[in-house]
Amino acid sequence: MTSSKVLGTFVVNGEPHEVAYAPHKTLLEVLREDLGLTGTKHGCELGECGACTVLLDGTPVVSCLVLAQEVEGRAIRTIEGLADGPDLHPLQDLFAELGASQCGYCSAGFMLAASELLERNPDPTRDEIRAAVAGNICRCTGYIKIFEAIELAAARLRGEQGQPTREMLYGS
Amino acid sequence: MAPETGMPESGGATAGGERAEGRYLHAVDAASLSVIGKPWRKIDARSRVTGQTKYADDLALPRMLACKLLRSSVAHARIKSIDTSAAEALGGVHAVLVGSELPVAFGILPVSQDEHTLCIDKVRFIGDPVAAVAAVDEDTAWEACRLIRVEYEPLDVVTSVFDAARDPHGMDPADRIHDYGREGNLHRCEHLEFGDLDAAFAESDLVREDLCFFEGNTHLPMEEHSTVAFTDPDGKLCVMSSTQTPHYLHRALAKVLAAFVPPHKIRVIACPNGGGFGGKSDPFNHEIAVARLSMKTGRPVKITLTREEVFQTHRGRHPVLMKSRIGVSKDGRIKALEFETHLDGGAYGSYGTASTFYTGALQCVTYKVDNYHFKGARWFTNKAPCGPKRGHGTPQPRFALETQLDKVAVELGIDPATLRSRHLAEAGSLTANWMRIGSMGLGECIERVCAGSGFRERWGRLPLGRGVGLACSSYLSGAGLPIYWNAMPHSGVQLKLDRSGLVTVFCGSTDIGQGSNSILAYIVAEVFGLDPQDLRVVTSDTDLTPVDLGSYSSRVTVMTGNAALQAAERARDLLVPHVAAQLDIPKGRVTFGGGRVFDCEDPERGMTFAEAVGTAEAKIGTIGTTGSYRPPKSPARYKGGGVGPSPSYSYTAAVVEVDVDPETGIYTVPRIWVAHDIGRAINPALVVGQVEGSVYMGLGEAMMEEMSYRGNRFGVHKIPSMLEYKSPTSMEMPEVVTYLVEDPDPNGPFGAKEAGQGPLLPIMPAVANAIYDAVGVRVDEVPVTPEKVFDAMQRKAQGKEARYGPRELPRVEWPEPRRVRTPWQGGTGVEVEREDELARSSQG
Amino acid sequence: MLRLPKFTLHRPTSAADAVRIAAGHGPEASYVAGGTDLYPNMKRRVQRPTHVVSLSRCADLRSRAGVAGAEVTLGAMTTLTAIERDPWLQEHYPAFVHAASVISTPLLRNMGTIGGNLLLDTRCNYYDQNYEWRESISFCMKCDGSTCWVAPSSPRCWAVQSSDTVPLLCAIGAHVTLLGPDGERRIPLTDLYRDDGIAYTTKRPGELLTHLHLPALNGWRASYRKLRRRGSFDFPVLGVGACLHFDGDVVTRAEVRIGGAGSHAIPAVKTAAMLVGQRLRRDDAASGELIRAAAQEAYKPTRAMDNTDLDAAWRKKMAPVFVSRAIQDCL
Ligand SMILES: Cc1cc2nc3c(=O)[nH]c(=O)nc-3n(C[C@H](O)[C@H](O)[C@H](O)COP(=O)(O)OP(=O)(O)OC[C@H]3O[C@@H](n4cnc5c(N)ncnc54)[C@H](O)[C@@H]3O)c2cc1C
Ligand code: SF4
Ligand code: FES
Ligand code: FES
Repeated sequence: MTSSKVLGTFVVNGEPHEVAYAPHKTLLEVLREDLGLTGTKHGCELGECGACTVLLDGTPVVSCLVLAQEVEGRAIRTIEGLADGPDLHPLQDLFAELGASQCGYCSAGFMLAASELLERNPDPTRDEIRAAVAGNICRCTGYIKIFEAIELAAARLRGEQGQPTREMLYGS
Repeated sequence: MAPETGMPESGGATAGGERAEGRYLHAVDAASLSVIGKPWRKIDARSRVTGQTKYADDLALPRMLACKLLRSSVAHARIKSIDTSAAEALGGVHAVLVGSELPVAFGILPVSQDEHTLCIDKVRFIGDPVAAVAAVDEDTAWEACRLIRVEYEPLDVVTSVFDAARDPHGMDPADRIHDYGREGNLHRCEHLEFGDLDAAFAESDLVREDLCFFEGNTHLPMEEHSTVAFTDPDGKLCVMSSTQTPHYLHRALAKVLAAFVPPHKIRVIACPNGGGFGGKSDPFNHEIAVARLSMKTGRPVKITLTREEVFQTHRGRHPVLMKSRIGVSKDGRIKALEFETHLDGGAYGSYGTASTFYTGALQCVTYKVDNYHFKGARWFTNKAPCGPKRGHGTPQPRFALETQLDKVAVELGIDPATLRSRHLAEAGSLTANWMRIGSMGLGECIERVCAGSGFRERWGRLPLGRGVGLACSSYLSGAGLPIYWNAMPHSGVQLKLDRSGLVTVFCGSTDIGQGSNSILAYIVAEVFGLDPQDLRVVTSDTDLTPVDLGSYSSRVTVMTGNAALQAAERARDLLVPHVAAQLDIPKGRVTFGGGRVFDCEDPERGMTFAEAVGTAEAKIGTIGTTGSYRPPKSPARYKGGGVGPSPSYSYTAAVVEVDVDPETGIYTVPRIWVAHDIGRAINPALVVGQVEGSVYMGLGEAMMEEMSYRGNRFGVHKIPSMLEYKSPTSMEMPEVVTYLVEDPDPNGPFGAKEAGQGPLLPIMPAVANAIYDAVGVRVDEVPVTPEKVFDAMQRKAQGKEARYGPRELPRVEWPEPRRVRTPWQGGTGVEVEREDELARSSQG
Repeated sequence: MLRLPKFTLHRPTSAADAVRIAAGHGPEASYVAGGTDLYPNMKRRVQRPTHVVSLSRCADLRSRAGVAGAEVTLGAMTTLTAIERDPWLQEHYPAFVHAASVISTPLLRNMGTIGGNLLLDTRCNYYDQNYEWRESISFCMKCDGSTCWVAPSSPRCWAVQSSDTVPLLCAIGAHVTLLGPDGERRIPLTDLYRDDGIAYTTKRPGELLTHLHLPALNGWRASYRKLRRRGSFDFPVLGVGACLHFDGDVVTRAEVRIGGAGSHAIPAVKTAAMLVGQRLRRDDAASGELIRAAAQEAYKPTRAMDNTDLDAAWRKKMAPVFVSRAIQDCL
């Protein structure tokens, strides 16, 4: 039982960060409080909402239940590293374009979960998308714009146009 | 025409003054608009999708301390003593605050200033805060809370309206939850009569009485409330918080902290909210506690609630028990409606007085109601306080009315869509309770959802287990009156035009995700012909931005929009003469568009917008304007008539399809069709998003969300977690077909009305109606859970009443009604007694 | 923010080391696999180990061995996602894969392991609560208190068996291997559990669950049916595992286990007995009648209490329906 800090290196978005942190902290807490990466959110700290989703070696996990000590040295991706360079990732672009991000609090979690789905399955069905984001709660959007954004982002990542339909933007 | 719908054509070219009304810009042909009506990205979309938006808990300041509250572990008790010495002695603790240090009461409504920052003599529900600790980190603050010793003397615990109504006269006054209110634990008790009910019932062809119950539920914003308070470098108090109402928080801070800091030295900044839905509209204990702790310690202090504390903070949907007695003619016209509501208010007043009136306010704005009586009671109970949630006080009566109309339709043999569309309230008319209706697109909404869903062909004809249900609703586009009485504008906007071409919009409104910052940009950009992404919008900072009352009651688009429109038109009028002179053309030909200002007859002739600003600035100095908005005066001048009036009402119709498993009662919702009369969509993509989000939240309320307490076990909240308070996931969300009906309203900016709340309202009754269509049973209770459907089906199979629902109401001695004659009885919008009084005074 | 209490983490690289370290700290130690059950419990202060022995680096707990027709062995650290996505398991053990795939959420299945799932703590909505909440009911028998609020006069705890795979794996006759300070033992999974909300397993102090053994495929068919409020996140509040062994279309052995409705996966003994020796066919009225009658016998043993989501009386009434459907699935 120690309250003093330990030193560790976290590889976040491709960059190693050496940081002193309290050893009983979760990855969520270290990202937000010790590395200042507050793009990762929290809504329950018990695995019940998905707001804290990050990618661990490419796999989406809830960072509120990952002990920071366990993931030193492993590849962590957060929303701050979803885009490569100044341009938005297609998921970010479409979340913005369709309004799939309303208050935006859940958005990082959804986009990271979706990014892994699209790695695995470049052309997912609506049902596969539903299932892939079933660990993320959104209270604002009703998910529909999120599904649509993921579908269109998938199309763009496949090199297709991925343009929103009239119904998505104007209603039926 | 009533004076309140008239409007001068222009606000004039000078800054200042107040815009009383919307302009006729809605009449502008949609094709001539370059920004309005287009699906722009939100101006802050980039920040939200890249994780750069700073919500309150994302803020970290040097030397910041963490605060935790010690909350009551008992539901109702007198505080005998509080001993904080052990907590204070714990290493890492910097300050402990208790209630006696802040004796001034506060509350959102002037009539119920019944809260204290920390409880002083008494706790009223499990979760009522009694002490606050500021320490080096959350772990230490939490440990310190565990070391505080509070001695309680238990009092009777009341967890239902029936408990609350027990023996109000005989009860020991010491056991009352509050020592104000009508009597016992009855907080409010209202009785209003519009027209002659007895005669109307006598004339009706069909009379029915239905009881129903709408269980309470909560907002469940994804972001847990958070506040950071600090003394800024100039020695002033700054509070940054996840609040929807920075102005009201500022007022509460100023009141409670009056002994320590004057109002003008308090700055409140509302951070972007990670969802609000009405749950961040009250000034809260934790916000005031950290403000005081930051003053006591001289360091920044942050508090972030846990999810359980968010449930305790609540202010969500009131549980309401209702009775509706309706009298209709053969063709379904509502001749008489008598409505009684009992609100389970929880432990504090909050917005409850308004909520009580809201349960009776909007019954008459959808269909014509000839005579209407309303009785509403709000009871205090030892549970987390209820308040405003999306639809504030109106979803519960809407559920009662829309399910009752479904029953009426079945009894009369008229399909529910036709029954409703035959008797719609008329655009521009006054209702029995003196609400002034503006534009009214409900008829078209009904037709659109019927056509899309095939409702008329499918209703009553689907195989057992499948069903369709229809319901309609209406909601305010902003409350007609402010929360505290004053004659000042509800919304103010300031504009600064810079020679660089940048327009900065300052407004006190708060973006809670609905896109209100973007709406300001779109409206101003439309007037100047700019790209909305090029503007700068500064909002929700009481030091920098003019007052806006807050993001509640769907008021932001209409009110800030009108204020922004006025400010922008004034600024445009400042530029025009100087540009005209420069270009040597008549003023009438100066046109704004594409970032340029030019001659409409010779578009080549012109200048950039930046040059136009520079031209004017050279002549008249720095360019800045203001705009403001106050809603029209309401014709409802009786006591209680302040709740319900609005510049305009939005309308929604929805058809819900269900699949019910007749063996279990488990049902799914595969599809929903929803049509919303938005007046004019400033940004259709945002409106579609608001509609889908409302449908989602409505479906959650309809199917599963409930705030349940263990009445027999100390009054604890049964399930204060994201896991057990059931909120629909991506797996439950049905396909939603959204139709936007545009019927521009004269009071809205460009004709716009609200979108954020109305579309939630019809979902709950439409689900219940669809269940009936599928399996022939009535669940007169929200949420409509599988257990209830199953129970009703079993009763049906046993030949009993095919219904699940309440059977009784608490007993109340209602006061004499306030009688108001309806417009068609020749009334004047005031109580009958005061009619004479007013007539006499006007003669004298 | 809800945070973990302070503790010391150990990260051994083999099962044997893990057992040794845990033994050194006695009751103060807990193993952690995915942490999706342990860490929430620690945040709520219902479990308070001061030493946590992580199994994440024990490579020997991640294997899958076996071929069709023989027993299959899975390492305890196999994640639920790995089970869900394993094409070979999908083909040969579809009911098991299904049970794993309806657990919690995709994010949690990426973390949670089969070992942790088999040893999942029993649940109760008087127990799965924060410290402050539990303080307000003066705690309960399972943690820090003395009364069971579900049945205040009861001498025992009624917390609920809530793992989705357990009823199914008990029904098909799976085994597990445990490694303890005193050596290794292999037991039928059904023997791992006890009908008690507090002492819900027979695992001895310090024992590590190393492997799960799925029985060879030899003419049995199984099904798992889950009752929960939502299509994701929710624990089962009734979970029926059924397994029928056939000779042609005659049932030679039957096992039905009811989870989410008692402190262990309750065997529906009468139901099973009524099926054995009977000829059961798909879409056959007589078979349907028989199954319905047998399923009705599952009503009584189902002990749904008011300590989970959804109404207890209704959950009990649903048991025959879910049992009947699970049996139908096996035809
Ligand atoms: C929101 C939420 C929803 C959930 N829904 C479901 C659900 O629907 N169905 C369901 O079945 N579960 C559910 N779970 C529970 C949990 O995620 C799973 O049961 C998971 O499989 C547990 O595995 P784990 O590896 O994470 O366990 P851990 O938390 O690591 O361990 C669980 C327990 O087992 C012990 N343990 C773990 N591995 C071993 C081992 N090899 N030997 C000895 N002891 C060991 C630990 O000490 C601990 O006491 C849910 C959890 C959450 C947070
Ligand atoms: S069943 Fe009783 S003893 Fe067991 S956890 Fe629940 S309340 Fe506590
Ligand atoms: S904060 Fe991690 S799942 Fe909710
Ligand atoms: S956008 Fe607000 S919670 Fe999803």
